[in-house]
Amino acid sequence: MRLATPGDNASGVVQVHDEREQIQQVEDMILAELGRQGYPQASEFAIRLAFEEAITNAFEHGHREQPHESVTVEYEVNPRTVRISIEDKGPGFDPAGIPDPTLDENLDKPFGRGLMLIRSFMSEVVYNAAGNRLTMRYDRPSNGS
Amino acid sequence: MAGDSRLRISETEGVTQVEFIDRNILDEANIQAIGEEISSIIEGASEPKLVISFSNVDHLSSAALGALITINNKVRAKQGELRLSNIDPQIYEVFTITRLNKIFEIHDSTEQALESLS
Repeated sequence: MRLATPGDNASGVVQVHDEREQIQQVEDMILAELGRQGYPQASEFAIRLAFEEAITNAFEHGHREQPHESVTVEYEVNPRTVRISIEDKGPGFDPAGIPDPTLDENLDKPFGRGLMLIRSFMSEVVYNAAGNRLTMRYDRPSNGS
Repeated sequence: MAGDSRLRISETEGVTQVEFIDRNILDEANIQAIGEEISSIIEGASEPKLVISFSNVDHLSSAALGALITINNKVRAKQGELRLSNIDPQIYEVFTITRLNKIFEIHDSTEQALESLS
């Protein structure tokens, strides 16, 4: 993993391979920054969940054919907003093509909930035109201490 | 396998109680191992009865939900019973957002889950 921005700065760009230690390291770095800036525990829960789902999707779907490639994680934490972008090197996909996992006929399918959870916990979720870069924004709750 | 288990498993009067050791159920390899371990319990029982407690769990991923759905499908296929219990309110919100609270029977405590079994 290469750190473009050293230390615990509020923003950075990190290359992450599909290894638990690397994923955990960047996740811990972002969560530590949330803690330092006084975000409530519920925000940490939301960010961890969305980050885990997004990076899992990038490796499992984006890099299915190239498992040794890294993804690029770009993050910024400020007192009002958290922004995280995850870009893979895959061909991209159409997020509109994912079936609604909450429909009765899909409830007992063991997959297809990641993006829905990201959207539920984040304030905004945007894909680039190619469909290989997800940018999510989380706004600190107004009552968040 | 037993030495690497991420689960605490006990059996009383035909009911298997399962508890997670990890606070975070996020790692793909661990989720797969957990799914396989619980599946082997289901496959070894004629009408499996399971209570899975989340009392130690702070975070889980959609892959973990997927493993639970697969477990639920296997239990139902054998006319067994599955109960979930002790789910943290934030994680319960994940179950409600995904509407999985409609397919799982969830109880506040393991005692209540055990009492609900036939």
